Amino acid sequence: MTLRLTNTSKTFPDGTKALLPTELTVKTGEIVSLLGPSGCGKTTLLRIIAGLETSNAGSEIWFDDDNVTTLPVERRKVGMVFQSYALFPNMSVRANIGYGLKIQKLSKLEIDSRITEVLEMCQLQDFSARAVSQLSGGQRQRVALARAIAPRPRLLLLDEPLSALDAAMRKDLRDELAVLLREFEITAIFVTHDQNEAMAIADRVAVMSDGHIVQIGTPEELYRNPNSAFVAGFVGNAMHLDGKSTGNELILEGGSLKLPSKGAGHNVYVRAEDVHIDDNGSLCGQVETITFLGTHYRVGSRVSCPIC
Amino acid sequence: MTNRSFVLLCLTPLLIFSIVFLALPLMRLFLASGESEIGWSIYLEILRKPRYLNTLVLTVLVSLATTFAALAVSTIAGMFLSRNQFKGRGILLSIMTLPLAFPGVVIGFLIILLGGRQGLINQITPGHVVFAYSVIGLFLGYLYFSIPRVLLTVMAAAEKLDTSLEEAARTMGASPFRVVVDVILPGLMPSLIAAGAIAFATAMGAFGTAFTLATNIDVIPMVIYTEFTLSANIAMAAALSIVLGIVTWALLLIARSLSGTTVAVGGG
Repeated sequence: MTLRLTNTSKTFPDGTKALLPTELTVKTGEIVSLLGPSGCGKTTLLRIIAGLETSNAGSEIWFDDDNVTTLPVERRKVGMVFQSYALFPNMSVRANIGYGLKIQKLSKLEIDSRITEVLEMCQLQDFSARAVSQLSGGQRQRVALARAIAPRPRLLLLDEPLSALDAAMRKDLRDELAVLLREFEITAIFVTHDQNEAMAIADRVAVMSDGHIVQIGTPEELYRNPNSAFVAGFVGNAMHLDGKSTGNELILEGGSLKLPSKGAGHNVYVRAEDVHIDDNGSLCGQVETITFLGTHYRVGSRVSCPIC
Repeated sequence: MTNRSFVLLCLTPLLIFSIVFLALPLMRLFLASGESEIGWSIYLEILRKPRYLNTLVLTVLVSLATTFAALAVSTIAGMFLSRNQFKGRGILLSIMTLPLAFPGVVIGFLIILLGGRQGLINQITPGHVVFAYSVIGLFLGYLYFSIPRVLLTVMAAAEKLDTSLEEAARTMGASPFRVVVDVILPGLMPSLIAAGAIAFATAMGAFGTAFTLATNIDVIPMVIYTEFTLSANIAMAAALSIVLGIVTWALLLIARSLSGTTVAVGGG
């Protein structure tokens, strides 16, 4: 299913502009991540797509050829994984996963076979009879995912699905989630504030800030060609150099830097891996910190030139 | 002082309280019930004599009806009040919880002013509607003082409900009605059972309201009072008290086993 948002915005009753007019298209089977710091409007956008928030007048939300802008959430046929997982505490794993199917009034036989299928996909066969309270964080996350996809939604929405897990587990589950989402072959949108998560899982990443999408592209595009200082800083932590531009060169305290293209500004962002340490370089500085990070060292240096 | 003796010392007030205020009076009450001419068969007498048995059944039925009605009214009102912010919400809430400040006699008096022979409703439709002195009057009086007790408990529980559970159910296609049945009510259930138990126990033991209203009907607390003061039948008053206590306790026990949580036993 293709998702298309046009002119979609949201102003809360207290006047807060949570989302400025936004355009977004997500193609069939594509996984798009909404990435940004807290308060940037990414969750609001996700909730608008789900139908859990109403958007301002003039907004349009299309699921393929259906205009779902005014359709209530229960009729949009979306699957959603909540940050807290929101599993029903009074139901078993099986009943949780079967809930959406029961609501659809499918036959008992159909419900059973679909639950079994989803349980297998998410490797939850051994836990089907358990109470939700007996599951670990990772298992809960998989149950939430299984429950969301069991009714075969048109669109899968995930709100920070990994943030409730501890750091060690998050990385494993991140890769697992990336594999599962591709296996489901479903159009999916997931919200995160973690750039590593976004880059590992999504086909395209929409970087958001202050209620609008700053840039959207593949992880590589964002990393190689950020369109703004914000994206450069948020995706991959680029170094910021502030100097004086002469057109072809940036003049800094510790020397000069050749610019790849002419620019009038004076801010340059450089990826750490693009810097080479060389005795005959055009820029000099003083090393202040060296940190061993296993696969590489991180060298902190101040670009100023007391020695030259 | 060893750790163990310190703990025992701390438990002494509880021990004294339990003996002086719970065990001794109860034991005395129980012994008193067997001191009449017919001895312990006084309990059979309660089951045999329609005056006692019917009153007991009526008391239980009125209390149960009060409990369920209070739960229904307060759950809807409590959910609405905890989910919606509007002008006058605070005032509305204080009006709804006002009955907590009134003793039973005042509540009985209010019901008479409403549904008595000189009451408001009888003045509007003269000669037809007098309900203050019937089971209906009693039920309304009990309901009036049960609502705030249940309402406050429901509101506290409603504020703690995880709204993402409701949203999850809705994304899966559940209608608002299904959300209430599948998510909200199960979430509120422990509190509803606890609040219902308090409402039930309060209604079972209510005296002031019954004393003002029950001219044509009898409830157990009234019978205990008349046996004790007018007939000086201390044994029967004691036996009825024991039965009232056991019936209330047994029903609360059932409620507790249903909810799996601690149910406070109230009285009034």
